[in-house]
Amino acid sequence: MTIITFTLILLAGAYLAGLVGSLTGLGGGVVVIPLLTLVFHVDIRYAIGAALLASIANSSGAASAYIKEGITNIRLGMFLEIATTVGAVCGAIIAVYTPTNTIAILFGVILLFSAAMTLRKKNMAALTEGSKLSYKLKLNSSYPTKDGEVEYKLKNVGAGFSIMTLAGVLSGLLGIGSGALKVLAMDSAMHIPFKVSTTTSNFMIGVTAAASAVVYLQRGYMDPGIAFPVMLGVLGGAFTGSKLLTRMDPKVLKYIFCVAITFVAVEMIFNGYNHKF
Amino acid sequence: MKKIFSSFTADQDIEKLIGYLLRYGVITASLIVFIGGIIYLHQYQHSSIPAYHTFVGEQAGFTTISQIFSGVGTFNAKGIIQLGVLVLIATPILRIFFSLIGFILEKDRLYILITFVVLSVMMFSIFGGLKV
Repeated sequence: MTIITFTLILLAGAYLAGLVGSLTGLGGGVVVIPLLTLVFHVDIRYAIGAALLASIANSSGAASAYIKEGITNIRLGMFLEIATTVGAVCGAIIAVYTPTNTIAILFGVILLFSAAMTLRKKNMAALTEGSKLSYKLKLNSSYPTKDGEVEYKLKNVGAGFSIMTLAGVLSGLLGIGSGALKVLAMDSAMHIPFKVSTTTSNFMIGVTAAASAVVYLQRGYMDPGIAFPVMLGVLGGAFTGSKLLTRMDPKVLKYIFCVAITFVAVEMIFNGYNHKF
Repeated sequence: MKKIFSSFTADQDIEKLIGYLLRYGVITASLIVFIGGIIYLHQYQHSSIPAYHTFVGEQAGFTTISQIFSGVGTFNAKGIIQLGVLVLIATPILRIFFSLIGFILEKDRLYILITFVVLSVMMFSIFGGLKV
């Protein structure tokens, strides 16, 4: 295959990855890794490098819009970033000692979990009474809805912080934003309204991914020939996705993608098990 | 947070600034990568793809800031793409700096400390020699 054909096919694939990632809320990085490894037979380390870049681009692009709307809880994001960045650095260190096949299997498992998470019931209710720590850390806030500003409080700060550390480790190890785990920590453990947890998670992904990306850049995981089509393709796809989201309800699409992603996850696990990475 | 911010216009400006920073950081990075990509395609379009199924790592070059900048200086396509990658990675790191300034303006000691910890972790990741 010549470089021009490879670049064009990868550009189209990355565009689709960005589109799917933004419609399902999984993020482009999650689709980029199976695309590169299963379709193009690229070493999983290059795929992880490219996926990290896709995650940063996606997160920064979308976060700028949400901050403007005042939904993102910046204090909460900052506080939890201690957990995710420390986790991400640990993940990048562990990665050196982890066989690529194990990484592939782990990726498949996380993919299955993420697909399941997109289908679960969302937390809409806002707590009126928070835990002591939530007051001390000034994490309680309000966010705009169509019925005006809604105040919310949160609890289980310690549990949320722990899950965030795990999310950071997985992000550093696998190169994904691990948005599903981040939302789990904020939604299920800390009881934050869904809209706040998704946007705050998205806000944090850029910093989390950057913490391990600086290590991977120095290790040579970021190949220019792959980074170029992946970055531009995913950004384009995510942009189209965000435009489409305002005009349609992607509920049916979500189910289709979840089934597709389950197949991909199983293939990653199967190939990893058979030492094909 | 909106409510707290509305009483201090300076902080609201910081929040707006963070929004702009993230947006223009991504746009700048994409433009640089696009320019580098066009040159890359122009130079290599008919060569066959490198053996991406084997990991080369550091030896491929352009893994340090000095290598990337000397690559950009000689108009090397791969060097220019990596500069865009560098700008993209730097964007969220710069965002932490801006948050720090915001909390300093707000005189929020707790969050100045928290932001400083995150920044330190980031600096450790960059300069801690973790690449092995």
